[in-house]
Amino acid sequence: MYAFTQHRPATVRQAASLLAKQEEAKLLAGGHTLIPTMKLRLAGPKHLIDLSKVEGLTGIEMRGRSLIVGAMTPHVEVQTSPVVKENFPALAELAGKIGDPAVRHRGTIGGSIANNDPNADYPAAALGLGATIITNKRRIPADEFFKGLFETALEPDEIITKVQFPKVNKAAYVKFPNPASRYALVGVFVSKRGSEIRVAVTGAGANGVFRVSAFEQALKKRFGVKSLEGLSVPADGMASDIHGSAEYRAHLIGVLARRAVAAAG
Amino acid sequence: MKLPVKMTINGQMYSHEVEPRLLLVHYIRETVGLTGTHVGCDTSQCGACTILMGGQAVKACNFFAVQCDGAKITTIEGLAKNGELHPIQQGFWEKHGLQCGFCTPGMILAAHQMLERYPKPSEEQIRHQLEGNLCRCTGYHNIVKAIQWAAEQMAGKK
Repeated sequence: MYAFTQHRPATVRQAASLLAKQEEAKLLAGGHTLIPTMKLRLAGPKHLIDLSKVEGLTGIEMRGRSLIVGAMTPHVEVQTSPVVKENFPALAELAGKIGDPAVRHRGTIGGSIANNDPNADYPAAALGLGATIITNKRRIPADEFFKGLFETALEPDEIITKVQFPKVNKAAYVKFPNPASRYALVGVFVSKRGSEIRVAVTGAGANGVFRVSAFEQALKKRFGVKSLEGLSVPADGMASDIHGSAEYRAHLIGVLARRAVAAAG
Repeated sequence: MKLPVKMTINGQMYSHEVEPRLLLVHYIRETVGLTGTHVGCDTSQCGACTILMGGQAVKACNFFAVQCDGAKITTIEGLAKNGELHPIQQGFWEKHGLQCGFCTPGMILAAHQMLERYPKPSEEQIRHQLEGNLCRCTGYHNIVKAIQWAAEQMAGKK
């Protein structure tokens, strides 16, 4: 691993100013992607800004009809929180399927969303629930946040502080995990909030998480498995690798979307 | 530039100056000298380096030592008391839960966390909770039996 200088700010403001000032600086949240990447020398930040001592970045609460999750909240908290289980059971279930217990103890929602790994679970939840990503500067709708493989709308000195999820009527997430990494080979998150239907897919797209508007249109008429019968996603634009071809992934989207709609009830 | 770290490992306080890039697992093995915690894959997947930090099972290869300043850590060396094996260790002995033994320290600490959370785990729960720990010898079958054995012993002692 390349050497780096460690910083441990106490406030978001200090962290943001370090991020702006230092060249080749990176934020360290749970570290469960960044540290392995640094070990492989695929990342070599000169400055590492550890967010673990920054106040006010963890916690889960309902505010009105929205769930607010602090960016540094680890997966296990979302998985086991009574508030999340009661109001967003699909989100609690998703968090409980990320990685393994050791990963869930440390990996964070903010880290996952900021990294935007094309196979990660949380981007599907953020897009599938129409979340708002709250940073030290602004509020970014999930629809405008995810920009492609490992790319987001975040500016170089911007830090995610919270993620806000609006309450929905129905939601479910079904994933087909890669048996070795437990990342999603394909994962589909569906939700219904009034007349707004969202179908978000992770793992499959060559450009990261995306919505399937054809499925959403069909589900808008009637939210049921039958509405998706005969519909499919073209293999064009899907990722293809040793774990699965583009055609296979496209096929899985249809299968998992139907299962998710059935699970959402 | 080296930074000071202090942490409690198996009830004993350690204090050193370390490079920021030193991984916790290397700190435990090479600086402190407790080599029961193993480095299996070094890519954060295999779980051989699993330890308890603040009571939570975590992979020690996935932390910098400097992040763990002030932490309370238990490694495999901290489980036996007065020369008597912990019931989970005994279970691995009784049920032949290991062959080469390389993954065993991580398995045992993952099981420790599991039994705290689920004192009477089903076989399915055991297998699900062990998803982050890889074993290439046993096929997991006897590991599951060892944990079931330990769960029964620990329930009996309460």
